[in-house]
Amino acid sequence: MSERASLLLTLADDELIVGWRDSEWTGIAPTLEEDVAFSSIAQNEIGHARALYELAAADLGTDADALAFDREPSEYACAPLVELRLLDDWAMTIARRYLYEQADQVRISALVSSSDPELAGLAAKIDREEVYHRLHAELWAERLAGEPRFRSAVEELWPYALGVVAPEQRDELARRVGLPLPSNGLLQGHARGTHTDELEPLWTEMTEVRRSIPGAQW
Amino acid sequence: MTAAQVWAAIDEIPDPEIPVISLVDLGVIRDVAVDGNVVRIELTPTFLGCPAVDAMRRALEETVAALGAEAEVAVVHDDSWSTDSITPAGREKLRAAGFAPPAPRAAGKTTLVQLRSKAFRCPYCGSTATRLENIFGPTPCRSIRWCADCRQPFEQFKTI
Repeated sequence: MSERASLLLTLADDELIVGWRDSEWTGIAPTLEEDVAFSSIAQNEIGHARALYELAAADLGTDADALAFDREPSEYACAPLVELRLLDDWAMTIARRYLYEQADQVRISALVSSSDPELAGLAAKIDREEVYHRLHAELWAERLAGEPRFRSAVEELWPYALGVVAPEQRDELARRVGLPLPSNGLLQGHARGTHTDELEPLWTEMTEVRRSIPGAQW
Repeated sequence: MTAAQVWAAIDEIPDPEIPVISLVDLGVIRDVAVDGNVVRIELTPTFLGCPAVDAMRRALEETVAALGAEAEVAVVHDDSWSTDSITPAGREKLRAAGFAPPAPRAAGKTTLVQLRSKAFRCPYCGSTATRLENIFGPTPCRSIRWCADCRQPFEQFKTI
């Protein structure tokens, strides 16, 4: 697989899986406004995944749905951070949203200046839309800043957040979030390339309908 | 057939989610090129998560078919669409229908301070005594605000 297709799948898988996890709050968020917010963010993240898959699919001679749903769990390139099932812990959920958006901003901003015009154009579009997700995360991080549960959730997920970005982007992410870089040993098991036990049950549910009639036209 | 005829025909296609405004007024039609019996149309979504893109594509294909030609619709994913692309007529149609039109795209990115500012006008009574209720609304392109003067919620187009 080309370097470009592999990068696109990395981004798309993160966006699909984080969107799927965020959508788990639809109908059960602690307030109606958050129900709307999480549903909308999830829809938009999955929309980003679709656009990224479409670009990868053109290179790989397949289509976006096949990439999203027809691979084995082990073939997904998502980072462990997005796989975690955090229901029904609001502090952990907001900590993930906050850290994911920070990490995503680091890598998407870098892609905006890519020499690949399709990649740079799509990254610019995604970057502009993500502003609203970042504002939402920023609002909650500000509101929960003094809460011990939120602070410990951020600390617990911090090594996972570092697994979202490329190793050379970790310093920048640490500066943004204001947390120290842990030792390499502590990053083990949190980096991309490994999967948590929580991906497979997610995959089973996510692909259940599509797998029920293989090859069907929906 | 000329491109102008195609533009005139597709100017009749309403946005699937906000039918008061046409696809042309919304600014999502980036280009129309006529090549014999084939009409190539470039469509760009407002937001990537917008579920209306497929409905837009079908409407374009049907409209061009009614003109006796064949449409090739390409969906372009780049940063070329902005809420600044909505035409002045389109902005007025939005406002009249109770959607506050988007603020112009600023040089920098939208900030929380801007969203919380009172620069947003209520589409019903014109008051600027409005506050942000939710960054997110019923579709990715809209936020929810509240007007303290006429005491009504309203939908604000997000600047993008």
